[in-house]
Amino acid sequence: MSSPFTPNTEEHRKKMLATIGMDSVEDLFKDIPEKVRNPNLNLPKAMSELDLRAYASELSSRNVSAGEYTSFLGAGSYWHHIPAVVSSIASRGEFMTAYTPYQPEVSQGTLQVAYEFQSMICQLTGMDVANAGMYDGSTSLAEAALMACRVTRRNKVAILNSTSPLYTDVLDTYVQAPGIDLEIVEEGHMTLGDEIACLIVQQPNFFGYLEDMQNLANIAHDAGALLVVSVDPVSLGMFNPPSDYGADIVVAEGQGIGVPMSYGGPYVGIFACRQEFVRQMPGRIVGKTLDTQGKEAYVLTLQAREQHIRREHATSNICTSVALISLMMTVYLACMGKQGMRKVAELCYHKAHYAASLISAIPGFSIVEYGTGIFFREFTVRCPVPPKEVNQSLLEKGIIGGFDVSEYSENGLLLCVTEMNSREDIENLSDALREIGES
Amino acid sequence: MTPDQCKYSSEHEWVYLDDDGVGLVGISQHAADSLGDVVFVDLPIVGDSMTQFGKMGEIESVKAFSELFSPVGGEVVEVNNILNDAPDLVNESPYEKGWMIKIKLNDASELDNLMTMSEYDNFVIQSEGN
Amino acid sequence: MTSPLFSKLEQESRKLLMDRTVEGRIGATLPDLDVPEFDLPPSNLIREDLPLPEVSEGEIVRYFTQISQYNFSIDNNFYPLGSCTMKYNPKLNDLVASMPGFSNIHPLQDDATVQGALQLVWEVQEYLTEITGMAGTCLTPMAGADGELAGMLMARAYHLDRGDDQRKVVLIPDSAHGTNPASAVMAGFTVKTLPSDSEGNTDLDALQESVGDDLAGLMITLPSTLGLFDRNILEVTRIVRESGGIVYGDGANLNALLGRVKMGDLGFDVIHSNLHKTFSTPHGGGGPGAGPVIAGPRLVDYLPSPVICRENIDGRSVFKRSNPGQSIGRMGAFQGNFGVLARAFTYIRSLGGEGIRSISDDAVVNANYILERLKDSFDLPYERVCMHEVVFSARNLKNNCGVSALDVAKRLIDYGVHPPTMYFPLIVEEALMVEPTETESLETLDTFIDIMRTISEEAHSNPELLHDAPHFTPNTRLDEARAARFPDLRWRPSHEDSE
Repeated sequence: MSSPFTPNTEEHRKKMLATIGMDSVEDLFKDIPEKVRNPNLNLPKAMSELDLRAYASELSSRNVSAGEYTSFLGAGSYWHHIPAVVSSIASRGEFMTAYTPYQPEVSQGTLQVAYEFQSMICQLTGMDVANAGMYDGSTSLAEAALMACRVTRRNKVAILNSTSPLYTDVLDTYVQAPGIDLEIVEEGHMTLGDEIACLIVQQPNFFGYLEDMQNLANIAHDAGALLVVSVDPVSLGMFNPPSDYGADIVVAEGQGIGVPMSYGGPYVGIFACRQEFVRQMPGRIVGKTLDTQGKEAYVLTLQAREQHIRREHATSNICTSVALISLMMTVYLACMGKQGMRKVAELCYHKAHYAASLISAIPGFSIVEYGTGIFFREFTVRCPVPPKEVNQSLLEKGIIGGFDVSEYSENGLLLCVTEMNSREDIENLSDALREIGES
Repeated sequence: MTPDQCKYSSEHEWVYLDDDGVGLVGISQHAADSLGDVVFVDLPIVGDSMTQFGKMGEIESVKAFSELFSPVGGEVVEVNNILNDAPDLVNESPYEKGWMIKIKLNDASELDNLMTMSEYDNFVIQSEGN
Repeated sequence: MTSPLFSKLEQESRKLLMDRTVEGRIGATLPDLDVPEFDLPPSNLIREDLPLPEVSEGEIVRYFTQISQYNFSIDNNFYPLGSCTMKYNPKLNDLVASMPGFSNIHPLQDDATVQGALQLVWEVQEYLTEITGMAGTCLTPMAGADGELAGMLMARAYHLDRGDDQRKVVLIPDSAHGTNPASAVMAGFTVKTLPSDSEGNTDLDALQESVGDDLAGLMITLPSTLGLFDRNILEVTRIVRESGGIVYGDGANLNALLGRVKMGDLGFDVIHSNLHKTFSTPHGGGGPGAGPVIAGPRLVDYLPSPVICRENIDGRSVFKRSNPGQSIGRMGAFQGNFGVLARAFTYIRSLGGEGIRSISDDAVVNANYILERLKDSFDLPYERVCMHEVVFSARNLKNNCGVSALDVAKRLIDYGVHPPTMYFPLIVEEALMVEPTETESLETLDTFIDIMRTISEEAHSNPELLHDAPHFTPNTRLDEARAARFPDLRWRPSHEDSE
């Protein structure tokens, strides 16, 4: 069959088979046992670009999307403005269709971007070193727990109960097989034994509020455990970096920084730590070196940690850095820069507080505070009716509501406000909630 | 001390016993050459106790990794910390500046389980042949 | 590669963003605050300094565009990188993934509001299950290695459910990719290496000797990383299954098998597929990819969560996320790399059943054509028909001319071709693993063959030319030992002492 992706015609194939010394393509597959060779393949027929584009477009139009609706949904994936430059750079074939930079002489573009990325992650988090990227925030957190066990030679990890339950689920998947115990701990009722490798804390926590990090850092360090912080990188535009309160490993979901929500991926996991743990890190790391002429250049380094060399002794099985998404994040940080990151954070902060102030004045609705009670761009609302019903009513008014956290907080609805939500959007939300409260 | 005064393990570590019953431990020239440019050596700390042929540490080159095994049992009394900053000494001078640890031997008869230099050289030739 | 920039401009392009910073420059605009300003939290929580670049938009675009030119890529170069399946990435794939109805949906939206996305994901699940002849697919693993981990965690859960706690040993052939042993260990197993026989098939005697009550399973790549279809495969899977083990298939090389054989028919219990290889999604310079895990009847209930189900409600198809009964849990916070799945969906629908089948045919013809025409210039360790890739050895060049596989690879760069995979699989000395893929024309293959023959001649006549290669790139060969001995992993202000 001819397709635009396979240039060789029947004539070419004949010519090549003659060179190979075979009569038919079939002859090349003779090593496959005959009884299982050439099975029936029940797939749809090929579609032309015109038809397929229409079909895909029809599928996409069946989704309710942010932009078409306004959205107050966060909980780990965020709707933020992305400058046009980001997708313009990221869609360049030179970046998008290159392989992992194993051949540094023909990969300096990808490698230099990774070095920029690592640098900016260090600057944003205040940490000493960062790798070139992990799959996403949740797997980054799970790998941090495994690394803490390697570093401390302990076999138990504690996670604060205000951490994202989705992240805790992923952590649970990762720790079971190596026989690491997972303990969910509560602030105020916490005693960490001397067998705990790390205390994992999300900042701001899953419900939107800042935790008292200094106190938690002391608790972890007093027990000889590492402090692992799962931080919101957008919040770092205004809040203290985790290095200030003594974090040992910092992980984060990078999506809010220049990456579309795309129904959950691809995203990029941030992974940074203190210098002394660098050889225990998972993932790709890019370093600066010199070429044979003495010119500066970049190369994958500390590779002896990795699976292709260490095989069953590797620090992790990961062999991607999600380079294209780290590129998007790098370009976004370059565009936003020092001033833009601060401004995005402040826009989120003030708008979220404006929304909270309106909603807390609605009869039947109240703000539920966890941790220090100080919030950034998310906060938890107690609704007079189940949040599922609230969200359904909001949807009918063209609003994507919050995340239903009633499993953890009575009639709790986690709302998120970013620079994408205008004053009018926020007031519409408030009006809609008032109607729901009155009905 | 010269290489022919050392005893060798099949894991390519050498040990040289001095008059005080302390063994100086490193890896052979052959091992250093096969690893290529050594970039990192992870060694035990003073006071750790080693068993003969038990894991002693790890060594990394640009494109390879290997575990290190102690050729003799005993207590670690000194560690060559210079290797932290200059791992290339393992390549340049595996029997002198690139030594790794000093061990106070528990049982000097363990040396009998090791090869002499000529036995080791034969061992290397044979294993290369395979 | 086009004419390299050795000019001042080239030096300028290597300057990092922080070194381009000029106070007051901005690269983006944001709206003014349109709500009342609230009190900021106590000042001890607010950061004093935010060391990020200050550069203008035009500078940013020029900088990234300039350094992009230092990359080889599929859009610009032939990339015969063995086991990596560097095929052309169709542009419609990207267009579909970036449709606003796909890129602007939130992973935690109610299923009823994302029926189009769920149908797309469900379709990809169904197509992969059909192509591989297995029982069910979960698309959440975010890379091949992540799919391996998922599959091995499923094997672990299966054994534990049967009370087979002692099944701890996973057999892995000596030719396997390094992720296999690393994934097996992360899933709580110990690894035992299995040798290959002289023809590159699994050594059946060694396998028989290795299977026992402690056998958890086997991880095997098909075709093998030698580019060969294991003629013993039915025997291999039978032996492992009869010993109570799980057969794991690494689908990295699935590009050879489409429509020619289904992994399920060969006795595999669980496999993964790399969508960024076989299904044409771009590699992105090292991700993102997707590594769906695909299970046979014995393991399908253990798939990660969630999977997408279709229900018929009042004659309409309704799609929803659900968790398999014995699920090993979540591999990531959400539903996997949807943007990658949308690209694979577009690819499969573009080609249809007939087109999918022709992929492997062309990939295998292309590889065998290269094998035939280069076997006189380079050693062929296994003298037999290959599948989608062919492994040569440069050992004769090494012995006769002192030219290594690395030198050949670097010299290829001078001719504008990306090097093949080198020194892998580990069991072939001076290995050069060539995978042309089906998207390369006969003309390109002929040019590549001419270049390889020329390089072989150069190795004899002028070995120095190869030792010093590449000659025309922005950088010559790099000092990797220096990079690892004195790690310099981030920008620092010039007044700070470097580490």
